[in-house]
Amino acid sequence: MATPNTPLWEVFIRSRNGLAHKHVGSLHASDATMALQAARDIYTRRGEGLSIWVVPSSAITASDPAEKGMMFEPAESKIYRHPTFYEVPEEVGHM
Amino acid sequence: MYTQALNTAETADRDLEDAGKAAQFQARIDAEERIEPNDWMPAAYRKTLTRQISQHAHSEIVGMLPEGNWITRAPTLRRKAALLAKVQDECGHGLYLYAAAETLGSSREELVDAMLAGKAKYSSIFNYPTLTWADIGTIGWLVDGAAIMNQIPLCRCSYGPYARAMIRVCKEESFHQRQGYEIMVTLCRGSEEQKAMAQDALNRWWWPVLMMFGPPDATSQHSDTSTKWKIKRFSNDELRQKFVDATVPQAQYLGLTIPDPGMIQDADGHWRYSEIDWTEFKQVLAGNGPCNRDRMAARRKAHEEGAWVREAAASYAAKRARRQTAQAAE
Repeated sequence: MATPNTPLWEVFIRSRNGLAHKHVGSLHASDATMALQAARDIYTRRGEGLSIWVVPSSAITASDPAEKGMMFEPAESKIYRHPTFYEVPEEVGHM
Repeated sequence: MYTQALNTAETADRDLEDAGKAAQFQARIDAEERIEPNDWMPAAYRKTLTRQISQHAHSEIVGMLPEGNWITRAPTLRRKAALLAKVQDECGHGLYLYAAAETLGSSREELVDAMLAGKAKYSSIFNYPTLTWADIGTIGWLVDGAAIMNQIPLCRCSYGPYARAMIRVCKEESFHQRQGYEIMVTLCRGSEEQKAMAQDALNRWWWPVLMMFGPPDATSQHSDTSTKWKIKRFSNDELRQKFVDATVPQAQYLGLTIPDPGMIQDADGHWRYSEIDWTEFKQVLAGNGPCNRDRMAARRKAHEEGAWVREAAASYAAKRARRQTAQAAE
């Protein structure tokens, strides 16, 4: 008999250094409590984190990689959003 | 290596696939871009990787068995704690890898069921028995040493999820090799019997470890496509030679003899080993190694005996979900 499927969860961990929660991988668990425990055992065996988020994978809405050209075009064409676009006289020093 | 049964290449079915997309895909690979789960990829690339990553995962899981055999009999509490942590790591590695394999479209359950049904392979090395405590030292030193040799280039594999899983695995693997070598150092500095036990373990593991790298380049048709797709960065023989060159001085330090009377160091420093017995390798892959049946039986037993836990967890989750829906309706 085929083994029945167990839901998939995405795991996010906030490390000690004060950074935001970061995606570290995924796991299978039947509910949120078990997902948290499994995340601790699988992804923090060496003190990698201070906080864990688990999110049902099915709850994530992702952008389509095939459409990335159109999706990110607005940012590509606006070089004036970067500080190096502007010229400041050398005498002014670091700004 | 952990995926050495992959001697047959998936031949790309070019007629059925968009030639333009295939060319674009190869251009991305050539430009060292990473391929991600939702990107277009040739069916053969998907199939090859699913097989390779799942075999790698099965190897990590089956690999817990020969070492788990010694947890209750470790000579000291320190050794026991380290071995337990190492076996837990192997389980973790299996889980990272299953997750990476699933991103290609197969479910975890399908992958596990294929292994339990004997349809998917795992590394030949785990079909050898761990007869003495020295085998635990030898496995850490040589089996994990060989695995590291193979896994470091896989950190740059073209498939993103596999490469990222390998980075995690490699970070943890170094402890495994060091703990194994420490056991060997202790045995070799101990009594005559302890040193003899270490030598005996090396004698039994040396050739099977060399076989871990897979068939010689001349007979491995699989490598071409994998190399083109940048799944594989070095050939079987290149990695095997690298491993031998790194290992010989370590054995010399221990005062142990590599069980290969024909081994010589050539002018450019490489240690040349004798012909490997590929009949033994084929036999083990075909299911006729010393422990194939034991390993499969142990995996099936664990899976069957865990069924009630999976069922209980699923029915508890279903009950909670029903209750929440009922409460929300009130």
